[in-house]
Amino acid sequence: MIKNKEKIIQEKTKKEMKEKEEIIRLTKVYKYFTVGDEKIKAVDGVDVLIRKGDFVAIVGPSGSGKSTMMNLVGALDFATQGDIFLDNINIEHLHESDLAQIRGRKIGFIFQNFNLIPTLTALENVMLPMIFQRIPYEKRVKKAKELLIKIGLGHRLNHLPKQMSGGERQRVAVSRALANNPEVILADEPTGNLDSKRGQEIAKMFEDLSKEGKTIILVTHDIDIAKHADKIYKLRDGQIVD
Amino acid sequence: MLRDFFVLGLNNLKRRKLRSWLTMLGIFIGIAAVVSLISLGQGLQETIEEQFEMLGSDKIVVQPKGMGAPGSAVSDQLILKQKDLEFIENIRGVEWAIGYLVKTGQAKFKDEAGIGFGIGLNPEDWDLSLTMQGFDVIEGRGLKKGDKFKVVVGYNHAFGDIWKRGIRVGETIEIEGQDFKVIGVLETTGNPYDDGSLYVTKEVLAEILNVEDEESQILVKVAKGFEPSDLAETIKRKLRKFRGEKEDQETFTIQTSEQLLNTFQNIFGVVQGVLVGIAAISLLVGGIGIMNTMYTSVIERTKEIGTMKAIGAKNSHILLLFLIESGLLGLVGGLIGVGIGIGLAKGAESIAKIYLGTPLLQASMNPLIMFGALAFSFIIGTLSGILPALQASKLKPADALRYE
Repeated sequence: MIKNKEKIIQEKTKKEMKEKEEIIRLTKVYKYFTVGDEKIKAVDGVDVLIRKGDFVAIVGPSGSGKSTMMNLVGALDFATQGDIFLDNINIEHLHESDLAQIRGRKIGFIFQNFNLIPTLTALENVMLPMIFQRIPYEKRVKKAKELLIKIGLGHRLNHLPKQMSGGERQRVAVSRALANNPEVILADEPTGNLDSKRGQEIAKMFEDLSKEGKTIILVTHDIDIAKHADKIYKLRDGQIVD
Repeated sequence: MLRDFFVLGLNNLKRRKLRSWLTMLGIFIGIAAVVSLISLGQGLQETIEEQFEMLGSDKIVVQPKGMGAPGSAVSDQLILKQKDLEFIENIRGVEWAIGYLVKTGQAKFKDEAGIGFGIGLNPEDWDLSLTMQGFDVIEGRGLKKGDKFKVVVGYNHAFGDIWKRGIRVGETIEIEGQDFKVIGVLETTGNPYDDGSLYVTKEVLAEILNVEDEESQILVKVAKGFEPSDLAETIKRKLRKFRGEKEDQETFTIQTSEQLLNTFQNIFGVVQGVLVGIAAISLLVGGIGIMNTMYTSVIERTKEIGTMKAIGAKNSHILLLFLIESGLLGLVGGLIGVGIGIGLAKGAESIAKIYLGTPLLQASMNPLIMFGALAFSFIIGTLSGILPALQASKLKPADALRYE
């Protein structure tokens, strides 16, 4: 009887550990920029461990290095020093073409300025990431429609970004980020250009995504938005402070 | 995925319509020029080759050297004479030979004055001459023995633009001060020279022009079983000896119709080459225009390129995307250029027919020209876009996204 109980406990822990598998790890990461004669330490020695399904917020004043850290985690830039592991792969040692694959498959970006392609409709914008993954046309359209309808933009499918409000554009951006069903969502100041109501809506959306099992990393200077996250990292002058 | 890129590329060209059009302007001017000039050149060549076909490959032409325009004066030692004609007739392999006296002369009809190409031949040779040249009398009759002051006129004298009112059979035309009665009209040959000719007997032409003994041109028919180029060599050798001339210092030229055609083709080749060279230069300029537009486009879309890389586009994807865009600029420009070029060529053809009276200038509608022009413009477009596309593909995502 005891043996069985032990076994059950063991399996439960195993299960829990599986659910809490690590997905992103930064080890002693530094990022320096040289501007003229000055050496700017954007990220100055950071160690972070993020597990699957975590909803993490990184807050800090402007110039604290949040965006830089975002770029590093998102494989958009290389660290000057240190290692960054994404799903147990060290992305600091990969070629650009591999990084592009990772960005396309595993990461969904959401930018402060939405960064939608102005000449493509909402539907076409959401379909775009799937083109690079060679998803056939019919599947692309179906998935894009699903995502947009789910987020409440079913009536905006064929509208251009300039025909939509800020809140709608951001929702298109969120849909685009989800197009390839990535494990990680990286959002850089996603509510920066929205009013507080819309901002809260977006934050709530991230909560829901997190419950669905996605890892969310949110960079923001707005503490009201950050509060929606499970864990908050405070960043100042390139370092994590408590 | 390639198809998707073409769609994206086309979409991008549409977003800056004016700029796309202006860029393509450079291409379609160059292409229109190439297409129309080559088409006309080809057409002209084909028509003239047809004329040679009519003449046949079994003919040899013997002329005095330095025979400038037909009918121009030549010094006495350099001309061919009756005895040369008779000598040639007796060479083995020559089926027959006809000697023509060709002179331009003053012609007068009613009160109008003009120029006529006088062609004098023996009336006995008339039928043979017509058969050989491939055209026939359509009104009246040909020259006969005893036709002293009679003339057979070329088509344009009767139905063309030489005279205000066309000359018909039975009317009188004055040549070098002598009245001639028109007894026949020839069918059109498509050759303005033949269509403007005035056929009279050699004897009378020599008389009115004070020419004693001259053969401006001797046309030889090669007998069956003899090779034209071999016979030409034989005639050259023998005639040279007959006239007491040294090798390579002959005062006459002998050409088979094949050689004549080759000469023509060589000239054509050179002219076409020059035309294509000029057009190629203009296309180069068009290509530079595309390069410029693409560079501007890359800079304007820096942030967009960063975004695309963030959502999974590889460097190679970006490269391909921009190459396709510049290729499309070339291709669409080429399409328009081909259309305009064909229009221009056809227009020139009509103008030549109506105003110059010659159906010689034809536009060749060879699909090879059009396809070649399209392919070429696509290639120019793509090549011009290589450098800007490379630049775009190499943009670092983080830097690109930061760009304002």
